[in-house]
Amino acid sequence: MAREYLKIWGRLLESIFRHFIRFIARCAEISKANVMICAKYIFAGWGTNEALIIQILAHRNAAQRKLIRETYAATYGEDLLKDLDSELSSDFQRAVLLWTLDPCERDAYLANEATKRLTASNWVIMEIACTRSSHDLFLLRKAYHARYKRSLEEDVSYHTTGDFRKLLVPLVSALRYEGDEVNMMLAKSEAKILHEKICDKAYNHDELVRILTTRSKSQINATLNQYNNQFGNAINKDLKADPEDDYLTLLRATIKCLTCPEKYFEKTLRLAINKLGTDERALTRVVVTQAEVNMQRIKEEYHKRNSVPLARAIAGDTSGDYEKMLLALIGHEEA
Amino acid sequence: MAASDELGAITKAFSGFGVDEKSLISILGKWHPEQRQTFRKGTRDFFIQDERKFERWDDRHVIQLQHEFLRFKHAIVLWTMHQWERDARLLKEALYKGPQHNVLIEVACTRSSEELLGARRAYHSLFDHSVEEDVAFGIHGPERKLLVALVSSYRYEGPKVNEETAKSEAKFLSGAIKGAAGNKNLIENDEVVRILVTRSKLHLISVYKHYKEISGNNLDEDLEGDLYLQETVQCLCKPQAYFSKVLDASMRPNVDEIKKEAVTRIIVTRADVDMKQIKEEYNHKYGVSLPNKIEDVANGNYRDFLLTLVARGY
Repeated sequence: MAREYLKIWGRLLESIFRHFIRFIARCAEISKANVMICAKYIFAGWGTNEALIIQILAHRNAAQRKLIRETYAATYGEDLLKDLDSELSSDFQRAVLLWTLDPCERDAYLANEATKRLTASNWVIMEIACTRSSHDLFLLRKAYHARYKRSLEEDVSYHTTGDFRKLLVPLVSALRYEGDEVNMMLAKSEAKILHEKICDKAYNHDELVRILTTRSKSQINATLNQYNNQFGNAINKDLKADPEDDYLTLLRATIKCLTCPEKYFEKTLRLAINKLGTDERALTRVVVTQAEVNMQRIKEEYHKRNSVPLARAIAGDTSGDYEKMLLALIGHEEA
Repeated sequence: MAASDELGAITKAFSGFGVDEKSLISILGKWHPEQRQTFRKGTRDFFIQDERKFERWDDRHVIQLQHEFLRFKHAIVLWTMHQWERDARLLKEALYKGPQHNVLIEVACTRSSEELLGARRAYHSLFDHSVEEDVAFGIHGPERKLLVALVSSYRYEGPKVNEETAKSEAKFLSGAIKGAAGNKNLIENDEVVRILVTRSKLHLISVYKHYKEISGNNLDEDLEGDLYLQETVQCLCKPQAYFSKVLDASMRPNVDEIKKEAVTRIIVTRADVDMKQIKEEYNHKYGVSLPNKIEDVANGNYRDFLLTLVARGY
């Protein structure tokens, strides 16, 4: 009796193998032999095999992941993300989910999530608005329309108040000029304006917000260099007046994101890892959103500042499949 | 043609919008010196008697004539441009010629989200700055926040509207307007600006409707105290009525050049969009058809070009 069942089960598994192999080979363009070896392990247990998921998804670029999602949907009539959702758990799940989304959809998802939760959310909105290129920011706003049937600025302005709203809404609405041209006269005069407002402790002044939220990144960089030349301190030093002031902290982070994003990301990673009990949301967010963008420079900054490679720090602080996924992502460019 | 008719024709040829090229060629071209002198002596508006015993062109009229002769060229160039370049140039002009807040509001609010985005990108290419940079830098005073936010907006354009939110926002606006009661501070009310600047157009039309139910008046009528907010609401909720109003104001006698330019701008930018509705609104409000009015006040090639655009049937 048992043997009969095993035979039937074996044949069923075989046919599933074949379908799966064809599917993966078609969409990922790897040799069938390689996929055979991988696929054998997928049905080894009763549940999904996280190692294989990492192996298949982590080393694909955005265009390939998109193709995998589309082929999966066409073949099985289900969204790959939904299926993964029901199989995986918390941190690992979130990392895989975020990684599988298109970059602009991912940013839209994170931004929307950030308008729903409490204080930490202002950071995410600022981070996304300031570290993406003008083009990517526009794509994100478009994806936001499609997914949430509202505009990003609607939600951000509705869920923020006071100085935070004053700063964040223009940041997400901006379409900054992306050229390298810099007007030195303007840089000098605007550095003076910034210094004036800071001396008056008018950190939320219209002029200060105007300069930071409308000028191109190169222009801001030039202005801040002029600030340093003329007044002796880097602007962020002068903005350290009150360590308890959330708005000031956000303002300093905004400036950092606009001028040296790798340092910002290094700091975010460092704080996330060193925090008592790791801030997984921040860790996942930074690793997933930067893996295809800027990870090499962030790793260099991290090593320089912390004297340990990022990979070791992550390995020391996380475990299991979540750890493996993160390590695969930060090593992405070498894969 | 009788002499007095000819005088009348040439006077008209030099008045209004554009110049009547045909009359100028056929009549003025064949006049002898004495006939031209009669013309100069006869028209007090264009010529003044100089102390050294000759009739001199009035300088202001010569300058105005330059605008009139160029009106056709300006319309053609504007019409031929890519829509994005056109809007970018209109925005830039509005900033350095004024600034003309009404034009900024008009362009920012009556274009679709994609069109406005295209214009912003074209602005990058043309002027090496972002439009929000220049607006923020060039506009001072309380209206700056409104205008910067309007040119930066990328409104949702789908059909979904949350009626509950629209109702509560209409209620809020009603309260805010009553509370402000005529003073200028309404534009500094962050919540009022937030609603107008971020919500989708369909949502705002719903807010307009709920406002009427709550307070009995139209939202734009109650915003009489603040010109910029009023124009914003009109452009967002009832653009065709807004355009027909501006057209009528620009075609009155003796308006200045800046107002006159609105005619070219509106007709060229709306010819492909909603000219039909604008014509209906115009007819409904002012009792005369728009083409007839244009026939009346405009001349020559410029008139013919405008009439062609207006007749296109969009």
